[in-house]
Amino acid sequence: MADADRPWLVPLPPAARFVLQGGAAARAAAAVVWGVDLSDQPCRAIVHEGRATLWLGPDEHLLIDRGGDDEALARALEQTLSAVPHSLVDVGHRQLGFEVRGPRSALILAGGCPLDLHPTRFPVGMCTRTVFAKAEIVLWRTADDVFHVEVWRSFAGYLTELMSEIDSLLPRMAD
Amino acid sequence: MLLIPCPHCGPRPELEFSYGGEAHIARPRQPAELDDAAWANFLYTRRNTKGAHAERWRHARGCGRFFNVLRDTTSDKILTSYPVGAPRPDPRAADSAAPESAR
Ligand SMILES: [Zn+2]
Repeated sequence: MADADRPWLVPLPPAARFVLQGGAAARAAAAVVWGVDLSDQPCRAIVHEGRATLWLGPDEHLLIDRGGDDEALARALEQTLSAVPHSLVDVGHRQLGFEVRGPRSALILAGGCPLDLHPTRFPVGMCTRTVFAKAEIVLWRTADDVFHVEVWRSFAGYLTELMSEIDSLLPRMAD
Repeated sequence: MLLIPCPHCGPRPELEFSYGGEAHIARPRQPAELDDAAWANFLYTRRNTKGAHAERWRHARGCGRFFNVLRDTTSDKILTSYPVGAPRPDPRAADSAAPESAR
């Protein structure tokens, strides 16, 4: 939950997460089980009713289901993918997600991420693997001033403390 | 910081990439048939080009893919990028052939 000191940082509840690597046939098969298409377009996420697919590379997608049963989903995916070449890895326990929200969200992220986060260059629906200072993250803009950040668990403390420090150094503005 | 045009993701900060050395160096198909000098030549001898240099980069903290870049080693200007397996572009034509995102 967001605490009073940093209302812009919202930890997200546990989720089922998979990384799927495979070509068009694997994407099509996975989309049937997942209920969401897997983008062919680089750096784009598709979301439908709590389930999301994030393009990470030409043959690599991150699948997220908020509150999903990871073991049941893994079985269903494996079953439908069994006939096509692919790699499916459960990364649900490896990483966690949180949101950076509000009018300062892009500014706070820009304190550690070298990407251009202007809405014309990083629009809603865009996602990518990138870096925040020393940590690798997946960054996904879900609304004008809301970013979903995925990070390996052991980096989470580093990331959130550094973001807090960046926030404290930014000039105050009317939120 | 260099902005490097990934063929998949567009122009991205150098921080996200790892450098992979000179491009278009094919690994010998039968290394056991090479003598020491030929193997050492494959491992270590490089052109050390002054000017347009074809080199490998990997978008390690992005899409994860290897690709090739033509970079002028005297100015650090990146002339173009192109997929692994594609022939080395002519540097004189590369400037105008660069993808929109790379300019
Ligand atoms: Zn890329």
